[in-house]
Amino acid sequence: MRSIRQSVQVNRLSKLLFAGVPPSLAVITALIVTAFILYLIGKNPWEIYHVMLFASFSDIYSLGTTLTQATPIIFTGLGFVIAFRAGLFNVGLEGQLYLGAFAAAYVGFALPFLPPILHLIVAIFTGALVGGLWAFLAIIPKVKTGAHEVITGLMLTYVAILLTSYLVNYPFKASGWAPYSPFIAENAQLPRILPPTQLSFGWVLAIIFASLTYVLLNHTTLGYEITIVGLNKEAAMSAGISINRTVLLAFTLSGCMSGMGGAVEVLGVHRRFIDLFSPGYGWDGIAVGLLGGLSPLGAIFAAILLGALRAGGSSVQRITGLTLDIVTIIQGIIILFLAAPMLYKHIMRKLSESSYVV
Amino acid sequence: MKVVMLFEINLLALSAATLRMATPIAFAGLGGLMSERVGVMNIALEGMMMMGTLCSAYVSYVTGNPWIALIATALVGAILGGFHAVLCIRYRGSQIVSGFGINIFTFGFTPFVSSIVWGSRGTSERVAGLPFLPTLGMRETLIIDEILGSQSPLLILLVITVVLLHVVLYKTSLGLRIRAIGANPKAALSSGLNIKKYQYICIIISGIFASLGGAFLVLSVAYHYSTGMTAGRGFIGLVAMILGKWKPVNVLGASILLGFGDALQISLQGSEIPVQLIQTIPYLLTIFVLIGVVGKIVPPTGYKPHAED
Repeated sequence: MRSIRQSVQVNRLSKLLFAGVPPSLAVITALIVTAFILYLIGKNPWEIYHVMLFASFSDIYSLGTTLTQATPIIFTGLGFVIAFRAGLFNVGLEGQLYLGAFAAAYVGFALPFLPPILHLIVAIFTGALVGGLWAFLAIIPKVKTGAHEVITGLMLTYVAILLTSYLVNYPFKASGWAPYSPFIAENAQLPRILPPTQLSFGWVLAIIFASLTYVLLNHTTLGYEITIVGLNKEAAMSAGISINRTVLLAFTLSGCMSGMGGAVEVLGVHRRFIDLFSPGYGWDGIAVGLLGGLSPLGAIFAAILLGALRAGGSSVQRITGLTLDIVTIIQGIIILFLAAPMLYKHIMRKLSESSYVV
Repeated sequence: MKVVMLFEINLLALSAATLRMATPIAFAGLGGLMSERVGVMNIALEGMMMMGTLCSAYVSYVTGNPWIALIATALVGAILGGFHAVLCIRYRGSQIVSGFGINIFTFGFTPFVSSIVWGSRGTSERVAGLPFLPTLGMRETLIIDEILGSQSPLLILLVITVVLLHVVLYKTSLGLRIRAIGANPKAALSSGLNIKKYQYICIIISGIFASLGGAFLVLSVAYHYSTGMTAGRGFIGLVAMILGKWKPVNVLGASILLGFGDALQISLQGSEIPVQLIQTIPYLLTIFVLIGVVGKIVPPTGYKPHAED
């Protein structure tokens, strides 16, 4: 009996370890390819990676910066995962993030009479709601006419970025030169939990919502329906699941997550809406969702990794003058690697073949 | 009388601008068509276009010759197309994920290179561009001159491409094979066709078209590279492809409709309406067009994200 249980546990452990193989390979490949690019332009990749690592994990301050960067990415990553489970690609995360952020900022500065905790809750949920609404606009054409959600999501992202830019440049511009909204009221600010870093209570919320998403997807009827619709539409139909309803719900929820990510970023870090504030947290969500193996808890780890790259990238920018774009390059290569499961199976096979020869 | 004249001149300028802005969308649309005709979705058109803007600006900057830049850009497009094809066909990757990988890579790579070459991640220095089309210079052709005189030689290339694609797709056995692969890959395979060969070639051509769309923006519109200058035209090209029902001539027509949104946006800039709102016009037009037509259109293939052999 005992040995069976042990072997089951070993099996589980090895399964868990194996789940980590493709993402690790993807990250290593991306770092190697990027190192090669850096080498080509005459930089020392080793030095740059050293700066990056040092600036993201070496002390409490750098760790706080890493987690601050990871916070919105966890939310957008969760958004990507929820939609992907239903067989949908939410690539409009960036737009949903922007609108959620603006909505939260608006509640933050326009309703200063709200009492402390309530103000914060209203702001966060308005952000989530508006993000969800924007996602809903992207998915309703799919249900009604069959338009692909990738195209509507992308077009609406461009519209969202321009729209929030208009709002903060014209009607809601604070006095002064830069396109900022007024500061949000103190009642709506997420408390900072690790001063002097900008890490806010938003980090805790991100972990809570990742756990909630895990429960939603794996232990509720809705999560079950989402998974079935994503895996097999015919089976879902014969099981009496309304595909349209599930698709709408999953995609809207996905947008809610992204919108909440924007809200948390504004309420915890910037404390006002800044034009074009996002360095691409929405796009990061795609990488994080895939890198985390499409699991909400995996998304946390993947987001910390990307957050570290962003935190480290900022230091590299200060020290060597190389722009943060290098982080986006690494991310693109990671996604490309994860796009083709056959590719790393091929690599693994080659590796195991060569070890047999030895 | 004067008002009418002004209106006419604006209308002429708007038509010319529409034709100009339709060109990159049409190149992207034809790129999408080539790829989807053989059953592979190419969401990477935007990234390929961006690499096209960077490459054409860089080569034109270094050599001073826009024609060499054009050829180099086509090569880069072919490489990117080939890369997408290898991931999707050889390694049976997810077409959307692979496409987005290329897009996100270029989101980072293009400003990165720009900052190294020109010292600014935003824009390049001015580079040599292509000449305008020659005008006829006759009284009777004044209107035609007005419109054509501001067009790029790439417009001629575009028209030739459209005609050629139409003829190849619908009048030759090669076209029949390509259409068969798109319509029913399994049947095409069982008839002994080397599907993969056609898929590779068509997706490489898809990359070339998309990158030429990017080259157009640099060599015939802006005369410099700037980050994000493609502004979603690769994605809008996909909508032109859908609206044009995957047919070359129709895609060109659809591109002119969508290019109008872009031209309107450009001509309205400098008016009293805030620029951000004006800039949403092409995207809103694209969404409305997509919603309005899509239910009635059947793609050439029931392509799946994970292509099966």
